Amino acid sequence: MSDTLLAVDELKVEFHTRDGSARAVDGVSFTVERGETLAILGESGSGKSVTAQAIMGILDTPPAEITGGSVKLRGRELIGLEESEYRKVRGKQIAMIFQDALSALNPVISVGEQISEMFRIHEGLSKSDAKTATIDVLKRVKIPGADVRYGNYPHEFSGGMRQRIMIAMMIALKPAVLIADEPTTALDVTVQAQIMDLLSALKEETQMGLILITHDLGVVADVAQKVMVMYSGRTFEQGPINEIYTHTANPYTRGLLESIPKLDERIGRLPAIKGLPPSLFNRPKGCLFNPRCPQATDQCRDGEPDLVFVQPDHGSRCWFAQEVFASDIKH
Amino acid sequence: MTSSTETDPVETKRVIDAVDLVKFYPINRGILFKKQVGTVHAVDGVTLWLNEGETLAIVGESGCGKSTVGRLLLGLEPPTSGTIDILGDDITTMSQKALRHKRRDIQIILQDPYTSLNPRMTVRSIIGEPFDIHPDALHGRDEKTAVLELMDRVGLDPEFINRYPHQFSGGQRQRIGVARALALNPSVIVADEPVSALDVSVQAQVMNLLLELRDEFGLSYVFISHDLAVVRQIADRIAVMYLGKIVETGPQADIYAAPAHPYTKALMSAAPIPDPEKQKLRHRIELEGDVPSPADPPTGCRFRTRCWKAESVCAEVEPPLVEITSGHLAACHFPETT
Amino acid sequence: MSDVQLDVATSIGDDPVASRTLLSDAWYDLKRSKVFWFSAALLVFVALIVLFPGLIADKAKTSSLTGGCNLTNALLGPSSQFVLGTDQQGCDVWALSVYGARPSVAVGVIAAVGTTVIGASLGLIAGFYGGKTDSILSRIFDIFLGVPYIIGAIVLLSVITLPGIWGVTLAITLLSWPVAARMVRAKTIEARGQDYVLAARALGADNRRIMLRHILPNAIGPSIVVAVISLGLFIGAEATLSYLGLGIRPPDFSWGTMISDAQNTFFAAPWTLFVPAGLLTITVLAFVLLGEAVSDALDPKLRK
Repeated sequence: MSDTLLAVDELKVEFHTRDGSARAVDGVSFTVERGETLAILGESGSGKSVTAQAIMGILDTPPAEITGGSVKLRGRELIGLEESEYRKVRGKQIAMIFQDALSALNPVISVGEQISEMFRIHEGLSKSDAKTATIDVLKRVKIPGADVRYGNYPHEFSGGMRQRIMIAMMIALKPAVLIADEPTTALDVTVQAQIMDLLSALKEETQMGLILITHDLGVVADVAQKVMVMYSGRTFEQGPINEIYTHTANPYTRGLLESIPKLDERIGRLPAIKGLPPSLFNRPKGCLFNPRCPQATDQCRDGEPDLVFVQPDHGSRCWFAQEVFASDIKH
Repeated sequence: MTSSTETDPVETKRVIDAVDLVKFYPINRGILFKKQVGTVHAVDGVTLWLNEGETLAIVGESGCGKSTVGRLLLGLEPPTSGTIDILGDDITTMSQKALRHKRRDIQIILQDPYTSLNPRMTVRSIIGEPFDIHPDALHGRDEKTAVLELMDRVGLDPEFINRYPHQFSGGQRQRIGVARALALNPSVIVADEPVSALDVSVQAQVMNLLLELRDEFGLSYVFISHDLAVVRQIADRIAVMYLGKIVETGPQADIYAAPAHPYTKALMSAAPIPDPEKQKLRHRIELEGDVPSPADPPTGCRFRTRCWKAESVCAEVEPPLVEITSGHLAACHFPETT
Repeated sequence: MSDVQLDVATSIGDDPVASRTLLSDAWYDLKRSKVFWFSAALLVFVALIVLFPGLIADKAKTSSLTGGCNLTNALLGPSSQFVLGTDQQGCDVWALSVYGARPSVAVGVIAAVGTTVIGASLGLIAGFYGGKTDSILSRIFDIFLGVPYIIGAIVLLSVITLPGIWGVTLAITLLSWPVAARMVRAKTIEARGQDYVLAARALGADNRRIMLRHILPNAIGPSIVVAVISLGLFIGAEATLSYLGLGIRPPDFSWGTMISDAQNTFFAAPWTLFVPAGLLTITVLAFVLLGEAVSDALDPKLRK
């Protein structure tokens, strides 16, 4: 059996608004293997969340439209699936957790009930079996007093606990792939660490594929194996995390890494990337990053580069990928 | 409580001097006849000061009271008890009218660029409002000129003067907020999580702007944040808060090099570093349990319920802030050494 | 989903986009709404007959006092002389309807403006100050809202007598203002907690400035929509009350009085009912549709 759980190939998503059509995701490809954690990094407008939602089949269509590409979950094509079929896949084979647990959890049903329901619907368990399975999974996510708190409502838990409950709900059916969209952004830093550790441990346990979507380069540093950096709907760099963070081949990634304040260093004024991310309706000609790139040349303004592989598994979308890679000696 | 003149050279002027600040919020039940059933101890005995030209960072997680302290310093809420001297005048005893005038000395930058600007006002109206309220701050200029000057200073294209907030990005909106805060030429700016809601690539831009402005105008900052990495770049002194109290304070270099309070240590170890190799080498302290409710803080040391060093004395006696090294204080019975 | 919307729809940087207010965005949507244009067309027609009745009808034909109505012409069907027939007094039904529009619409407009002004002011005060002020005012809102509409109107109008349209206008206004008050109060409470209000305070803004400059513009939106729809409903309410004999009294007349009079003549001369009732329905419908179209256009959920 192949180890590739999820294979996304040239995925394209467009948004149709009254200001025109915007390509929110413009040809994104990646794979997630068994037991692997992929981090999709990007700022607002990068298309990272849209990618996740497209994979899950939860985009609002209209105004969104998947205009191309394929998404294969364990070899099975998801794009074009009928909603009734997709519903069988969601939760059971592929699941997603969000930034805000409160919006994912029904406030008027107890947490135990909500999770039990998943067992009853998808696996046809009896009420008592479902309850046992629920308490089990709540224990796995380290909710203290799981059997007692089964009947509590979401608002009776702290933010970090709610996040755990949402995770419990989503891994209950042991999906092959779990997508976490900004799972820790709304949490305090001490809780962030706990949740990231939990996700990592669960992944190890079940060997599922984990996709972490975030704008925070720090939070994934010790959890992810692979990284994909997105900018304005495109993949700008992808590869093993050690490579990307310490030996980048892309000026955008480098700019980001240099502009992040470091906990262990006082630099004061940090080198900032100038300008703003482009509006999706008014994308620059040539390389999407060229108006902001300190190394932009005419070549960058004239044409958009393809993904160049400076190492077999390390790709960068830049005319000067090799040069950037060579010059970025580990600091 | 420590003496507030302990460690400062005599000549340094204090722009803020707050002593024993307390802010309790009542918890009420009932619709027609409200009855108080509890109190939220948002700020529970905080003493801090800010020297001229200095940046004091107040660091802590949600619920620690740092934002409340910010609002107290600005006079936006009256403290339950305590005094606050801004440039020598106690704002807690001022009349509304005098307080309004005092606003010119201390201003605020807020966290959320999407809610801190009135969606129905143009940039010109937003940045011009301080002058509507205090016309003498114009010093003879006309309002439009003053607004354009400010826009230029914070890096906003003057063409956008008649636009509405929803037409700007988060970073640009934050700049509008900064321009608004500068309009009255304050001596102190309280920045409450000014970059937390911004994109990564924009955070550095706004931080750099704040640093530039500090140098150019000789501003003093109270910088409130949960992000230790950001704070490190701008702060001269740091105060760490937990459940309404300052648990550690001192010069920036000392705190980062050798945090003495277990909570500070835990905070630092949890803050992520975007370097996979370094991350692997770090030893992360995992705190057990949840933050206790500020309506029902633990007896003695408030951190004891999550502290790995807690002993019986921690539940019985609340540790006072004591000096570890010169200027570096921590409230712990068993402070860390190194 | 809202994050995604924001990602896509932000117009920033050097985009050649003109200054777009929330209102101009709303207008853009309105222009595209068929419902809007339909209701606008109806309202233009109504406005015409209210403002310039003389252009399309002869006032003389409305009153026996002026000699325009002749009993010998009573209950005649539509003809070239009387386009939509006559009523039992021999007055031209078309002329009556055209001139009867004015009081009906006037009641609607004045009551709508009145309820919004009173309601918004009190709602703003209640929401802004909170505490005891709010408790007392909210109870007053509740009390007024608890009064059953028609019974309340009947009691009021049997006690108060004011000339012309003023009696019924007052009654409708007094019974309807709490709706606007509650809406504005709710939005005021929401706006009060916003960061930009805090920022204004930090600048030294006093209560008056905060209420008028920051809160009111952000709190009044939904009540404008309600006012437009209510306008239509108030016209209907006037008709009801006049029908019951409580509203407009002779020699004044309105659509309501015409409908009331038609009770006796309906079988013999159906046009005496259909014409005023039809115009009434069209007018009410026009305002309700307009209100819906405006509401959709102003809907903040669809705005960024």
